[in-house]
Amino acid sequence: MSIILDKVNYVYSEKTAYEIHALKDVSLKIEDGEFIGIIGHTGSGKSTLIQHLNGLVKATSGGIYYNGQDIYDEDFNMKELRGKVGLVFQYPEHQLFETTIFADVCFGPLNQGLSKKDAELRAFTALRSVGLPEEYWYQSPFELSGGQKRRVAIAGVLAMKPEVLVLDEPTAGLDPQGRDEILDQVAKMHEELGMTIILVSHSMEDVAKYVDRLIVMNHGSVMLDGTPREVFHYYRELEEVGLAAPQVTYLMHELRKRGIPVDGEATTLEEAKASILKCFQERKNR
Amino acid sequence: MNFIEARKLVHEYIRRDEEGNVEGIDTALDGVDLDIRQGEFIAVLGHNGSGKSTLAKHLNVLLEASGGTLWVDGKDTTKEENLWDIRKNAGMVFQNPDNQIIASVVEEDVAFGPENIGVPTDEIWKRVENSLKSVGMIQYREHSPNKLSGGQKQRVAIAGVMAMEPKCIVLDEPTAMLDPNGRKEVLDAVERLNKEKGVTVILITHYMEEVIRADRVYVMDKGKVVMQGTPRSIFSQVETLKSYRLDVPQITLLAYELRKAGLEIPEGILTRQELVDALCQLY
Amino acid sequence: MIRDITIGQYYPADSVVHRLDPRVKLMAVILYVISLFTFRGIWGFVLVTLALAGMIKLSKVPFRFMVKGLKAIVIILLITALFNLFLTPGETWVTVWKLTITKEGLKSAVFMAIRLIYLILGTSTLTLTTTPNQLTDGMEKALSPFNKIHVPVHEVAMMMSIALRFIPILIEETDKIMKAQIARGADFESGNLMKKAKAMVPLLVPLFISAFRRANDLALAMEARCYNGGAGRTKMKPLKYKKADLAAYGIMLGYIVMVILLRVLL
Repeated sequence: MSIILDKVNYVYSEKTAYEIHALKDVSLKIEDGEFIGIIGHTGSGKSTLIQHLNGLVKATSGGIYYNGQDIYDEDFNMKELRGKVGLVFQYPEHQLFETTIFADVCFGPLNQGLSKKDAELRAFTALRSVGLPEEYWYQSPFELSGGQKRRVAIAGVLAMKPEVLVLDEPTAGLDPQGRDEILDQVAKMHEELGMTIILVSHSMEDVAKYVDRLIVMNHGSVMLDGTPREVFHYYRELEEVGLAAPQVTYLMHELRKRGIPVDGEATTLEEAKASILKCFQERKNR
Repeated sequence: MNFIEARKLVHEYIRRDEEGNVEGIDTALDGVDLDIRQGEFIAVLGHNGSGKSTLAKHLNVLLEASGGTLWVDGKDTTKEENLWDIRKNAGMVFQNPDNQIIASVVEEDVAFGPENIGVPTDEIWKRVENSLKSVGMIQYREHSPNKLSGGQKQRVAIAGVMAMEPKCIVLDEPTAMLDPNGRKEVLDAVERLNKEKGVTVILITHYMEEVIRADRVYVMDKGKVVMQGTPRSIFSQVETLKSYRLDVPQITLLAYELRKAGLEIPEGILTRQELVDALCQLY
Repeated sequence: MIRDITIGQYYPADSVVHRLDPRVKLMAVILYVISLFTFRGIWGFVLVTLALAGMIKLSKVPFRFMVKGLKAIVIILLITALFNLFLTPGETWVTVWKLTITKEGLKSAVFMAIRLIYLILGTSTLTLTTTPNQLTDGMEKALSPFNKIHVPVHEVAMMMSIALRFIPILIEETDKIMKAQIARGADFESGNLMKKAKAMVPLLVPLFISAFRRANDLALAMEARCYNGGAGRTKMKPLKYKKADLAAYGIMLGYIVMVILLRVLL
């Protein structure tokens, strides 16, 4: 299973004074079971890109293939695709509308044409997997805290049983613990259910910690695509487009410059710690 | 007397059921003491729901205390006649940039505050120009706020407060909805106002990186001030911070972990440079 | 569709009309509309046409841009014209099947169509040359005498300008929520009217909640910035009449005298 983007272009308000070329010849292959991070400054096209993945936005030119099927084919079932590629928007709690949390989570599966019983079963599993305590389930979603509301909204997408879960800045506005809870939850789903995850984020530290593959968007094009280590190797180029590497990567580069032979490519706290301790150990042994 | 002084400040939200009977009482502020001097840069840290936003709203008298006292600029906030003076002198910037811009043109929005307090027209023009300059937004004066980025909108909101020439500016999670570049823009602007114009800054946030710039930090949890001190003294207590649902900047955390593993690094490392120097000295 | 309507849009340009005081323009439009529905005969028509052509010319708004605004009212225009054409009693001109067209009918249909077109062109000259803010300012100031009889003129003007500021934000928000619900399998397009109405619930509930949240935030922000109603407020851009405004009032007076003369004499 895979999603293939072939030279996708997208132009907003074509042929007017406000024309914006939001995506330029974007070609990507997303394999089954990957954990992908997408970074890029505001307006780099990352939000537009993810809205193409479930057909919410139609490419101006180019093709998108889901499991080998052209999603722009006339007989392609777009509704089914939206169940397969679940999209969690920024501030997803703003889309809640039902009188109870449980009913809201059932909305997606019911739209997919499932029976009431099956939909409730899905809602049950989804709410479990986002870790919302059962005592809340039959309350109004509007009485929850911000972090809890967001989990309900994510459950609403999970209940559709997507194969690919796309999250647009799922931690925006949350406090540190709320942020870690959501990301750990997502990582768990990736591990346990083998779900493909695409995570749009502004935090270099978060993507370095969680993802296997990192895509950098700039001015509507894919600028870099590789493992976090490979991508953050180009920290100077990243800075030029208003991005940066994780703090520890800078630290490691500076340490190397000062003559301590640490791993200059470390991107996470654990890697940096291990590498620094190793250097000090080796020095002591000599 | 300090510029802001709070003694045992209490705020209770009363929850009522559908018939209006009291269901329960939530204590958002529980005996808070504050002492803030004129010109200080103060950060208030706390997780969502710790009471820090409620505290911010008291400083501008948008909320009335259920108990205790709060003095701002030598004026008692419980006295009705001080209300407008305090609001004028303690400006407030909120989280969502879209929901605090009133006018459809940048300069007209900045003028909103001065218009409300009856500043003469010529003076308004001067103030609008000065405050837009102080946040680096003068070139956008005739633009529509809708076309600006989040960081730019937030700087317009700050200019709108500055145009009232307050002695103090309270920012309630001003960067929570911004991207890293927007966050930096806003903080740089705030820091400049503090350093160059001597404005007292009270920054409410849960981003640890932003706290490093402050002179002093208050940490809140369950409506109480649970820690206070310089950023360095606060960040040397990693475990305590974690127990309050907070974390520390990555560099500080790394230094802490290395220390735990046996390297003799000083406590409370704040910046990358400090850690590099400390490690090189040891090596 | 919505983009085609030029009524209510502002066309930025530097012209005499743009620089006029909004109160002058409001008055001019009121007089113009009155003259439009009272003129009689060919000379009256010539006078109104000259007035309109003069205004458009001075405004520096391209005529083509204005005509685009007429597209939105083509249907209303046709219906009114047809009603007048077939339903005006009088001397028979031609008979088509069972319908009779009278000479009077033809005449009133033509005049009605012209009046409607002129109405749209004239009023859009006002909105095209005046920003919404100037317009509300103008109304606030022009209507300020009503304050004495406890009409909340300032509050109404403030409400209007806030509405203008939040319309684009709410449109964007609608688009976002709609996309989010479509991603959850919602269908806003197919089905009968009843089904479509029901499908709007997942869109409207979040939209209302968001609007109330924004209103609440905004009220707090206004209060924090010392907003306390209209009393004691000063203005960054107070309205003051300039020479051009007085001249414009003079021209308007002349125009109205001519309209009255034409109506009395002919």
